[in-house]
Amino acid sequence: MFRNTYDSDNTVFSPQGRLHQVEYALEAVKQGSAAVGLRSKSHSILLALKRSTGELASYQQKMFRIDDHVGIAIAGLTSDARVLSNFMRQQAMSSKMAFNRPVPVNRLVSAIADKAQVNTQEYGRRPYGVGFLVIGQDQSGPHLYEFSPSGNSYEYYAMSIGARSQSAKTYLEKHYESFADCSLEDLIQHGLHALRETLQQDKDLNVNNTSIGVVGAPSMHEKTTGVSFRILEGEIIQPFLDTMIPKEVPGAAAAPPPAASTDEDVQMAE
Amino acid sequence: MPDMIALSHPASGHPQQRQFNPYSENGGTILAISGADFSVIAGDTRQSEGYSIQTRYAPKVFRLTDKAVLAVNGFAADGNMFVKQVRQRLEWYRHAHAKDMPLRAIARLIQTMLYARRFFPYYVYNILGGIEEDGSGAVYSFDPVGSYERESCRAAGAAQSLVQPFLDNQIYFKNQVPQPGHPHPKHLPLTTVIQLVIDSFTSATERHIEVGDGLEMFVVLAKGSPLYGLENIDGVQEMTATNDGERLFVVRRNLKRD
Amino acid sequence: MDHFPMQWGRPRNDTFDAYGTYPVAQRTYNGGVDAFSAGVQHTQQPIVTGTSVLAIKYKDGVMMAADNLASYGSLARFKDIQRLHPVGTNTVIGAGGDMSDFQYIQALLDELMIGEFTEQDGHSLGPSEIHEYLSHVMYARRSKMDPLWNALIVGGFKDGKRFLSYVDLLGTTYSASTLATGYGSYIAQPLLRKAVEGNEDTLTEDEAVKILEQSMKVLFYRDARSLNKYQIAKISADGVAISESRSVETNWSFAEGIRGYGAQTQ
Repeated sequence: MFRNTYDSDNTVFSPQGRLHQVEYALEAVKQGSAAVGLRSKSHSILLALKRSTGELASYQQKMFRIDDHVGIAIAGLTSDARVLSNFMRQQAMSSKMAFNRPVPVNRLVSAIADKAQVNTQEYGRRPYGVGFLVIGQDQSGPHLYEFSPSGNSYEYYAMSIGARSQSAKTYLEKHYESFADCSLEDLIQHGLHALRETLQQDKDLNVNNTSIGVVGAPSMHEKTTGVSFRILEGEIIQPFLDTMIPKEVPGAAAAPPPAASTDEDVQMAE
Repeated sequence: MPDMIALSHPASGHPQQRQFNPYSENGGTILAISGADFSVIAGDTRQSEGYSIQTRYAPKVFRLTDKAVLAVNGFAADGNMFVKQVRQRLEWYRHAHAKDMPLRAIARLIQTMLYARRFFPYYVYNILGGIEEDGSGAVYSFDPVGSYERESCRAAGAAQSLVQPFLDNQIYFKNQVPQPGHPHPKHLPLTTVIQLVIDSFTSATERHIEVGDGLEMFVVLAKGSPLYGLENIDGVQEMTATNDGERLFVVRRNLKRD
Repeated sequence: MDHFPMQWGRPRNDTFDAYGTYPVAQRTYNGGVDAFSAGVQHTQQPIVTGTSVLAIKYKDGVMMAADNLASYGSLARFKDIQRLHPVGTNTVIGAGGDMSDFQYIQALLDELMIGEFTEQDGHSLGPSEIHEYLSHVMYARRSKMDPLWNALIVGGFKDGKRFLSYVDLLGTTYSASTLATGYGSYIAQPLLRKAVEGNEDTLTEDEAVKILEQSMKVLFYRDARSLNKYQIAKISADGVAISESRSVETNWSFAEGIRGYGAQTQ
């Protein structure tokens, strides 16, 4: 990565009409481990890959509960995520307080997108270095949104963010049309397959490095009866991991090479 | 409609000062009893003002978590708003610690919240019941400005003066002399407690005009505790939200509506 | 006796006017003044007031009634005031008490609904959300010792569900299948309960109208601050419909000539 003249201040456009600081913030999202989100007619789910700095360290937290009906998965700076998720929790609770209504998910996402936008325009600020996948269920059914530091937010059938997320995206693009009618178990299986694509060759998903977030009716592998957002971690997710179809024999020439270096710093041409 | 109160005598020569009275009293009675590994928290569902019944179903007993239930009695607007506030504080605790707040901490929280309004109090009597971290059943009772203590039983509200002496006699065995060699039991079984609660409310309904319509009785069972025949009780419904923790039930009964 | 016509021939005393229904025209006070007394003015009593609002649940939704009178003390001051106000497409609020406070509440809710509408995301505030919001407004104002002097009934129908709830100047809330404010809570509520309780799911629209008509008539006979000109609001799956003003037939002949009244048995 190289520096250039239009780097230091996000209020200054480059001659090409770009805001470099904002684009660098988007790079910060790609530094974080991957998160995948999928949606069916009845469920929204999140899957995330947790990193650990070493054998002695614990795994980083990738998912946050916002309210009974909303949860997020993050990629990028965890500390920035905590600021934003706290804000989302405040919004959710004031909606509950004032109207006794679970806040509509789109409004929650718009609220943080508006906050992020301010940071791309005002002097002396820096954009958030974190991206979210937001899932939630409201009056209009289950939803999946992506939020990014540029202040953009979009709704998706399926989406992935973070390191090597392009590989997961490729998988999702191939299969998303079947998601709408999937059972929760099948949806999670698709999610795991997509998340697996973001791993390095020698790694695999296991109960320690995988988080699953769900809104909607519980699966047969869960003990709960509620439909609220919940994070599944540890031994509970083993039955889901067991449903995965093993990849083609590793080392075989047929195995596709990892997608073109999406986890590396993008070279920005002037 | 609430009346206005005169602050000074009209004939005193000073301008007549009339002031808005921000409080009202909405009747009803609440009650909680704890056992060795359970807790029962109950209240009637009538809400009234003066001689008018406003509604026959306004809950006064609220589930806070799977192990804590709060009953509020007094001025209904203050009570409802107070419960909302407590629930918000518990939600923030859940966000910060990824678990439910322990009962004794909720009790202290309620004291702090009540005392914060020492000079414009919430006109409510609170009774908190549930299971402590050590698995024992507990009841905490509060006055409107936050004084509180842990007890094994407490009644509050319109029929407190009718119910509390009955409980003193039946739970604490006041004025009962034990048979030689048969000391009073330290803890009562759940079925006995439930019967005492039902009797308390049917009696209070007979003798107090502000009590009646419906009875809502929450039962919290400690982690791993047996059901003690709770499943056979009429109109019981489980309300537990999480697995492998305390279990929460509600029993609804009709009371006389006259 | 003084030169304020309001005081003439009328003792201003709590014994005679315990409920403060008569607007006070205070004499100029020449004594010492609290330096802050003029700084903030808080509502101490209602001035132009509306009387009862009635509401019941029936088979297809909720029905409400309120007359068109706004009184100035015992003076029937405004005789064409609407006290039933639609909020959005699923809700009606009806108000007794101070009419200027009610108009402020209307403005507040209209603003709220416009804000919600401009989101254009398919989410709208239904009767239960509006009631919750209103109860917070009312409670917040009572806590500032500056109440909005009203008793409000919120009725609505949304997503196949009936909603009927009450909130007043203290922030007190409750719901039931029949509600009435003011004098209505003494005079009409027993009639409404007898007719409606247990029949919420079978009462037809026509029957519901009859029940309200009958209750409004009794109120008009007995409540000196009422008017035989009222409206009925219907909130059902078809949305909100507030009727034109109507009246009921009344009979004011001497009691001895009315069948079934007083000592007569025939």
